[in-house]
Amino acid sequence: MPGRKNWDWETGEKLVTDINGVKGSYNWIEEPYASPDGEKIASIVNLDVDKFGVCVNGGLWENTFDKIWHLRYSPDSRLTAIVSEMEEWSIAVDGNAWDNKFSYVWNTMFSDGGLNIAAAFQQDGEYGIVVNDVPWENLFKNMNCMCLSPYGPYSSAAVQVADFGEGEIFKFQEGAYTIALNGIPWDTRFVNVWNCAFSSDGAIVAAEVRLDLYTYTIAVNGVPWNNTFACVWQPVIHPMSGKVIAPVRVSGKWSIAEDGDIIWDSRFLQVWQQLISPDGNKLAAIVSPTYGKWTLAVDGAWWNTQFGDMLTDAVFSPDSSRLAAVGKTDGKFTIIVDDSPWDSKFDMAWKPVFSPDSRNVAAKVEKDGKYFIVINGKQIHKNCDDAWEPVFSPDSQKILVKTIEDGKYYRRIISLSEIK
Amino acid sequence: MAEVIEKTEQRIVDEGLDKGADKLTGDQIARVIKAVLENETGARLKVYVDTCVHCGLCSDACHIYLSQNRNPKFSPAGKVKRTMGEILKKKGRVSPEFIRDAAEVAYTECNLCKRCVQYCPFGIDVAYILLIVRRICHKLGVTPLYIQDTAHSHSVTMNQMWIKEDEWIDTLQWQEEDAREEMPNLRIPLEKEGADVMYSVIAPEPKFQPNLIYYTAILMNTAGINWTMPATPGWDNSDMAMFTGDNEIMGRIKRAQFDAAARLKVKKIVMGECGHAFRSVYDVGNRWLGWKMPPIPIVHAIEFYYDLLKAGKIKIREKYKKSVTLHDPCNVVRGAGLHEKARYVINEICENFIEMHPNREHNYCCNAGGGVINCGPPFKNKRVKSNSVKAKQIRDTGAEILITPCHNCHSGMEDIISYYNVNMHTKFIIDILYEVMEKPGD
Ligand code: SF4
Ligand code: SF4
Repeated sequence: MPGRKNWDWETGEKLVTDINGVKGSYNWIEEPYASPDGEKIASIVNLDVDKFGVCVNGGLWENTFDKIWHLRYSPDSRLTAIVSEMEEWSIAVDGNAWDNKFSYVWNTMFSDGGLNIAAAFQQDGEYGIVVNDVPWENLFKNMNCMCLSPYGPYSSAAVQVADFGEGEIFKFQEGAYTIALNGIPWDTRFVNVWNCAFSSDGAIVAAEVRLDLYTYTIAVNGVPWNNTFACVWQPVIHPMSGKVIAPVRVSGKWSIAEDGDIIWDSRFLQVWQQLISPDGNKLAAIVSPTYGKWTLAVDGAWWNTQFGDMLTDAVFSPDSSRLAAVGKTDGKFTIIVDDSPWDSKFDMAWKPVFSPDSRNVAAKVEKDGKYFIVINGKQIHKNCDDAWEPVFSPDSQKILVKTIEDGKYYRRIISLSEIK
Repeated sequence: MAEVIEKTEQRIVDEGLDKGADKLTGDQIARVIKAVLENETGARLKVYVDTCVHCGLCSDACHIYLSQNRNPKFSPAGKVKRTMGEILKKKGRVSPEFIRDAAEVAYTECNLCKRCVQYCPFGIDVAYILLIVRRICHKLGVTPLYIQDTAHSHSVTMNQMWIKEDEWIDTLQWQEEDAREEMPNLRIPLEKEGADVMYSVIAPEPKFQPNLIYYTAILMNTAGINWTMPATPGWDNSDMAMFTGDNEIMGRIKRAQFDAAARLKVKKIVMGECGHAFRSVYDVGNRWLGWKMPPIPIVHAIEFYYDLLKAGKIKIREKYKKSVTLHDPCNVVRGAGLHEKARYVINEICENFIEMHPNREHNYCCNAGGGVINCGPPFKNKRVKSNSVKAKQIRDTGAEILITPCHNCHSGMEDIISYYNVNMHTKFIIDILYEVMEKPGD
């Protein structure tokens, strides 16, 4: 998380805002969002008919808007919202709307560090992406699967580039879709184009495509792989080699292909959400080895522990040696780390977070309507009315815990030595 | 009756079927059939087809057979004989014309309603067999134009009505604004992570019946439900790809729905009054993806209303006065056993509930389900004429209002009511519930 080392890691407890105290000032207060550094808490508030504001730490943004939705902090703690004035929409960052206004705006996106902010827009019935207040020059009839490159400012989407009328099924099947990269469409047209992946430098874009109603593959910079499949899922691009890696379906089973060739010997009933370890040496994915069972596989070898309901939110440790995810069986969630599930079960669990030294795993969880933070399976701090995902300090010795307790928002730094 | 048969026997023109079949070659047909039968079906299909003794016990279960003057070609076994029976007998060496006609049978003469399986002494599931026929026809590119267009819409937008992403969100915000005139602090919370409930609908709601979203917003706010709706694809639970036989697109759109729910960290997905969508998220689509059960529980509107009324979260101001009857939708009754809960809800909100006969899991299908209504205008006449038994069944109740807690049933029944001049109006449960419930400020 950017700038983490400059955050306040010393003050044990800060009562940031008494949310209950400001409640009476507004018709209603919407769900709160805490900034990544925990120093701020913000909500959309209603002031009057067609008059909305954003309340940050008890104070209102200077500007109000006719409508506000999708309040979100960027990773670098800037507060964004989708705002409307006089029937025009824009993105407001820390209270100030961008110069560009559109007929509609949605789907705010951030690059990994938060430096780049983007969103989808519609202007007079045409579609594009606006990045840092700069809209695409070319607009399209329709747009889906918007994507911002990890470090920005490159953006892409699946766009419609040919006309077909209602019921013109054969024309549709000739291919009317492609990827637009920064607003420039690829030359190749496909029957369908779906989710993209960017290489870290933005030079390679790969996307799921359907060549005809039955033939799927991955297209890389507009060129489909030589091999085709019965189905594919979203690719990822290896950060060092630039190779494109995607789950593919062959003869009713799923595996992993790299640049078109299957690289895992194992076959599964499902494979998706593949991820590459930070050092680039391991490839993991969520897999279903037998019907109705879910686990993680690393380089094709799957774990013993399996979940009946689902598995999600997989993440590698920073040193690439460990792997964690959220698993669910019989309606109860837990965290699994390196094939070992925690003993405790929860009604909900959020994506696990590794400490920078990779030794500890923490997660936000919920049980019986109360939220709390768990480290290595052990609850720290008390049950709260709300909580945010925890953040470890850069030296891995402390953890930032953001909670709402009895209507008050607190930011706490808890030392791991206190927990043990 | 004779005239009915004569008219339905006229060849129906459908570009999807006709042009699709024109492109076929015998070798291609044989190859695709072989691939589907060998790779995608197991012992089940063969056992079904081999076991059928043509006893005809299932025939009277089928509303189409009954409505078509008991013409054996419309009996469940008759439809299998005209499609899969021939395919197996000829080892896949069938003509393009045969495929075209088999597609018409599979897509428009069977609702996959599974009523017949209940009467077969061997439990032969004709719907399953005809679904395999549909899969073959999809693979051969011979599908009715309207439903194929819908499957294309699903593939691009993840919804069935070509609704663009901004149009969806804008509709929700417009409904929210309208509903605030009635309930000033009402919200339709978009993208609220950690809500208990994600509410999902089928695309005809934002497109043609946004009032249903409005009513639900009033219901959710009155009952104090911590809910959300996604502002991303995955909001539409409907699935015509399941009915064209495009399993890959079916899987993709179901994944979009469950991914949206998982991302929003909700405990359950509550869905509006739709039957086929329930089948898709609860039974077929989830299983194609490898989930034995939905990874995030799916609660159909009937069950949701039941829970709210039972828990006293919604109270009834005054029961609905007009006489009502209930059409049990196949997919949530035979498919999920929600019939008693539906009756509890209706008795709680209506004064005068009249059963139709047969009812519950024995109810006749509306003849719209299974994607049949989605095959569009070319087949509309045939569809309504093939369900005179339904017209009689509802007319016999004498009720003023027909409750159909399913979108396809709802539209199908409106066609039947109008064609057969039945003096009745259709309503969803939420139409009545909204009208009779206590609201804040009452
Ligand atoms: S419509 Fe229903 S009863 Fe008739 S054959 Fe199909 S599944 Fe059986
Ligand atoms: S009841 Fe069963 S065995 Fe008899 S005709 Fe129908 S499907 Fe065949």
